[in-house]
Amino acid sequence: MAPPTENQAGGPAAEGGGLALTTPGISGGVLPVWATYATVGASALLAAAVLLATGVYTVALMLLFAVPVASVLLYGWSRSVEGPRRAKDRVVTLLIASAFALAMLPLISLLYEVAKRGIPGLSVEFFTESARGVIGGGGASHAILGTLVITGVAAVISVPIGIMAAIYMTEYGTGKLRRALTFFVDVMTGIPSIVAGLFAYALFELFFGPGIRLGVMGSVALSVLMIPIVIRSAEEVLKIVPNHLREAAYALGTPKWKTIVKIVLPTAFAGLVTGVMLATARIIGETAPLLVTTGVIDSINTDPFDGRMQNLAVYAYNEYRSPGVNIQASYDRAWAAALTLIAIVMILNVVARLVYRRYKTEIR
Amino acid sequence: MFGAADTKRAAAESGSAPTRGDDLATGQQEPTAATTTSVSPARGAKTIEAKGVNLYYGDFHAVEDVTMTIAPNKVTALIGSSGCGKTTFLRSLNRMHELTVGATVKGQISLDGEDIYGAGVDPVQVRRLVGMVFQSPNPFPTMSIYENVAAGLNLNAGRMKKSDKDAVVERSLRGANLWEEVKDRLDKPGSGLSGGQQQRLCIARAIAVEPEVLLMDEPCSALDPVATLAIEDLIRELKTKYTIAIVTHNMQQASRASDLTAFFNLEESGKPGRLVEIGATEKIFTKPDQQATEDYVSGRFG
Repeated sequence: MAPPTENQAGGPAAEGGGLALTTPGISGGVLPVWATYATVGASALLAAAVLLATGVYTVALMLLFAVPVASVLLYGWSRSVEGPRRAKDRVVTLLIASAFALAMLPLISLLYEVAKRGIPGLSVEFFTESARGVIGGGGASHAILGTLVITGVAAVISVPIGIMAAIYMTEYGTGKLRRALTFFVDVMTGIPSIVAGLFAYALFELFFGPGIRLGVMGSVALSVLMIPIVIRSAEEVLKIVPNHLREAAYALGTPKWKTIVKIVLPTAFAGLVTGVMLATARIIGETAPLLVTTGVIDSINTDPFDGRMQNLAVYAYNEYRSPGVNIQASYDRAWAAALTLIAIVMILNVVARLVYRRYKTEIR
Repeated sequence: MFGAADTKRAAAESGSAPTRGDDLATGQQEPTAATTTSVSPARGAKTIEAKGVNLYYGDFHAVEDVTMTIAPNKVTALIGSSGCGKTTFLRSLNRMHELTVGATVKGQISLDGEDIYGAGVDPVQVRRLVGMVFQSPNPFPTMSIYENVAAGLNLNAGRMKKSDKDAVVERSLRGANLWEEVKDRLDKPGSGLSGGQQQRLCIARAIAVEPEVLLMDEPCSALDPVATLAIEDLIRELKTKYTIAIVTHNMQQASRASDLTAFFNLEESGKPGRLVEIGATEKIFTKPDQQATEDYVSGRFG
């Protein structure tokens, strides 16, 4: 099937080139614009017909057969009319588009599924009320607030540490210490999230005794996950600040720290903010570390230093694991919580993009 | 946009020397005459003396045993083939060389007799006295034209009255022959200017902090001939106030714009670059002492 692989180097390409030159007129021998779409459509119909005839029709199977069939048909048709170079181009374009569609499929399917199941659970009550003293009902405002507080505190801990570490690594660090730091940051990015949760639990248990559950413990656990992400992204952004800007500042007699604060960081500002937003989006949906650190609670608690705190991921997990009297209502709420979480992540991503577009500096 | 620029300009006029009005009338023709009278007088050009300077990048010996004097109020051109250490030598004159990891300096470089590599000398202070303009224009992308020129003051001087700052910005932009072109858009980003204008903006930024020496590392290599000519005119004007050293690959530029020329050469690749000879530009280009210099300036190699 794979026509692109028969791309013999040299000979045929030269032959194709010669052909193009001898073709009278530059507009000669081109397939109509709808050729690719028509071929794909025809192949899909063909695959569907064959599958229906054999009685094993499914959409996935149909697509699985349609793409190779379309590739072969398109190659043959295009080659006979346009020559081998264009034929290869068409087939490779088709394959790349198919690969993209394949990659998008899970995402679209996930969004569709979560929206379909989540929307029934959404209500004004879901956003305004907690589940305190309610049997088999109530809202998730305590979980939404908890998510925002826990993640916010995690960001407050992680951002300064992460950015300062990145500054050390790009501007100051040399030799062994820098290499060791890079290595440990890489290791930290791979830490399983439950380990981060257990670490935070063990840390706080030392001071407050066993069984301790605090919002800030969750934040500490999330920071362990967030710091390496912030460091990595900030490091990349600081690296692309051109060295000639630093030199220009030095040549004006500017001390190094001032060059970093006044020239390097402002130039990298948009990228830094984007990195922080994406790191936040990455950790906001964590469940495992919060199960062991912030616990489960039904009422609103916005003080991270006082007692248990609910959050959306754990809320969804809990509604699913131990549904109330009305099982379907619990499931609906779990899906609604998942949908809310996805919405928050999307908002963070969109804000990150807007910030980037608004504040990016043209770097040459 | 016009409003803001006009306010700044008005402030600049009212806040500083009365000569400024005349200056505006005559335009950009004689900026140096008017500028010397304003806010802080130039501290005056100084002599740089290099004695037995050896420069290294780690183990690599880049420049060997250079001894030369860069005279005040003169333009000294450093010429030579690529990789012969001109730029490296230039960067050692304001202690930028050591910013490269592993780079070291041996020998003595003094600014009016004061060793800039001496114990207790702060490289940051040296760079305030010895400014630098780079090969490709590098205005700060986050700053406006005004802020770019004022960058040296904002970053390093203490608090300054707005009117004083306006005056320095105007004086520097006039000094760089850029004022007339940008006076109406001082609040626009510096990166929006053309390449030649950006380079003059960088020169304005460098002279705004009143250095004593101005180092230029191939300042015209990224510019078209018209912009190059504008910079060369500017260099000739600037030498009345500063000591100028310029690295260039352009023989015509060296012969047009400089008073003294130093020829650097490599014996072979891998060997350190050396100073072959230094002398009056006219002499170097017509009857140099060394055969290698003659070969180079006449285009027989390199």
